[in-house]
Amino acid sequence: MQDNSRVIRQDISWKIIISLGGFFMIALTFALGFFLFYRGIGTFTTYDHSVFEFLFSSTWAPADSHDGGGKVGAAIFIFGSISTCLLALLISLPFSIGVAIFMTEISPGFGRKIIQPIVEIFVGIPSVVYGWLGLTVLVPVIKDVFDTQYGFSVLAASLVLAIMIFPTITSVSADAIRSVPKNFRQAAFGLGSTRWQVIYKIVLPAAKNGILTGVILGLARAFGEALAVAMVIGKTKVFPVSILSPTTNLTSAIAADMGGAMDGGEYNIALWTMALLLFFISLGCIFLIHYISESDGENI
Amino acid sequence: MREYIGDVMGESNVHSLDTSTAVHSIQDKFIVDKLDLYYGTFKALKEISMNIKESEVTALIGPSGCGKSTFLKTLNRMNDLDSTVRIEGSVLLDNKNIFTEIDVINLRQWVGMVFQQPNPFPKSIYDNIAYGPRVQGITKKAELDIIVERSLRQAAIWDEAKDRLHKSALGMSGGQQQRLCIARTLATKPDVILMDEPTSALDPISTLKIEELVLELKKDYTIVIVTHNMQQASRISDKTAFFLLGDLIEYNTTEEIFTNPKNPKTEEYITGRFG
Repeated sequence: MQDNSRVIRQDISWKIIISLGGFFMIALTFALGFFLFYRGIGTFTTYDHSVFEFLFSSTWAPADSHDGGGKVGAAIFIFGSISTCLLALLISLPFSIGVAIFMTEISPGFGRKIIQPIVEIFVGIPSVVYGWLGLTVLVPVIKDVFDTQYGFSVLAASLVLAIMIFPTITSVSADAIRSVPKNFRQAAFGLGSTRWQVIYKIVLPAAKNGILTGVILGLARAFGEALAVAMVIGKTKVFPVSILSPTTNLTSAIAADMGGAMDGGEYNIALWTMALLLFFISLGCIFLIHYISESDGENI
Repeated sequence: MREYIGDVMGESNVHSLDTSTAVHSIQDKFIVDKLDLYYGTFKALKEISMNIKESEVTALIGPSGCGKSTFLKTLNRMNDLDSTVRIEGSVLLDNKNIFTEIDVINLRQWVGMVFQQPNPFPKSIYDNIAYGPRVQGITKKAELDIIVERSLRQAAIWDEAKDRLHKSALGMSGGQQQRLCIARTLATKPDVILMDEPTSALDPISTLKIEELVLELKKDYTIVIVTHNMQQASRISDKTAFFLLGDLIEYNTTEEIFTNPKNPKTEEYITGRFG
């Protein structure tokens, strides 16, 4: 009889290695969340600020020391993040969905061979490149076209973000559209629908959960983007009066100030609280995606 | 649509006088002349010529891959969705060429189709039926209500559906879904209904219901049905066309085909010696 013990031992060791990888992943996620929570909560415990002050006050003057006593109103940063992300979404959405429809329904061959790889290239471009292009091309153009003082603005940040989230929304939406069963389309064409009617009455509603997932993934990416936004938003700690005025956001503030603030001081901890807030935002996005994908198969 | 029919009635009469082959009391709905169809370079239909009569049930039979479904899908140009398909020859609907004289969107409303797999939209029963009228531009709820009820009654599914009109159509059984799909087709007020093996995915009782429905519907509609089931063809059709490898081998009254086939290949097929 053949002895299989070596193969069996191998099988067991593979299982162990792979399981360890999985556990490590879970442990890392929890450690990250715990650490962010541990540092970020200090604003409210150690330095005794209210959550309300952090979220809704716009007076940002944390003390760079362990004594505290400063102000940690992050409303400008939060508003900067939300406004740039939503505007980016508004700009990106029509293009993303349009391209997704074109590459799947209108011209699938061309879509698969040409557009798909191009969209994938967009994903791979480092964010510093987007930021740099924004800085050297977009900002001067906005300055000239709208005749503003600098060109650094909510609009510039939103446009850069829009370009950055475009590939995410497009490719996820295209996948969702492709997975709409062919017989829905056949039925719709068979009833005398035009191609446009098939797309907006049947295909898009049937793909809406997938498209929504793409939108949320894009939004999560936009909220987390630091470098490219920091380069074009102007980093001015005031509420923007229009989309042409400069402001700042959560990620820019963290990226710019984390190095200078004294470790454990009020300033430093306030930045950690911002990071915690970003963590909660992406956590919320992920829960939302799970909620949406569970409701799959509902009526359109 | 009604205007269109009225419009060509006269011409159609003239035509059936000209073509002297068949009974004159019933008009030709379709006149297919030397139809060739290619998938890329593969010739799937070879010089098909046949006239399909109004208010009759015409069955298309033949072994898998013989071209009967392809032929059926040519009649409302569903083959257009496949970019490799190339068609030569002509198909006249009420004496108008479906490729050149009729807009494909209108054609598919006049020549409705029921598919092999029941394919209701993941919408409510009501919205499934109302889909066709809505894409035609009917938006008034009162009008849609009437169409929905009439279509469901015609398809003999009103009693099963009336209490759940706003529930998902996917909650129905396969047989109910197929009758719903027939109702959905009826809602676009077609003249012709094409059925592509409509009962092959259904149990015997659902099949029987669909067959009864076909016999009921033929009073008002021209029906062309593809079937793998010889008994079904003999039960419900007036004419039967036997296809083999892209050729129309024999086309005659169903009675003749099943009792006295002219071509030995037809006889072999219907007696189950191949296929």
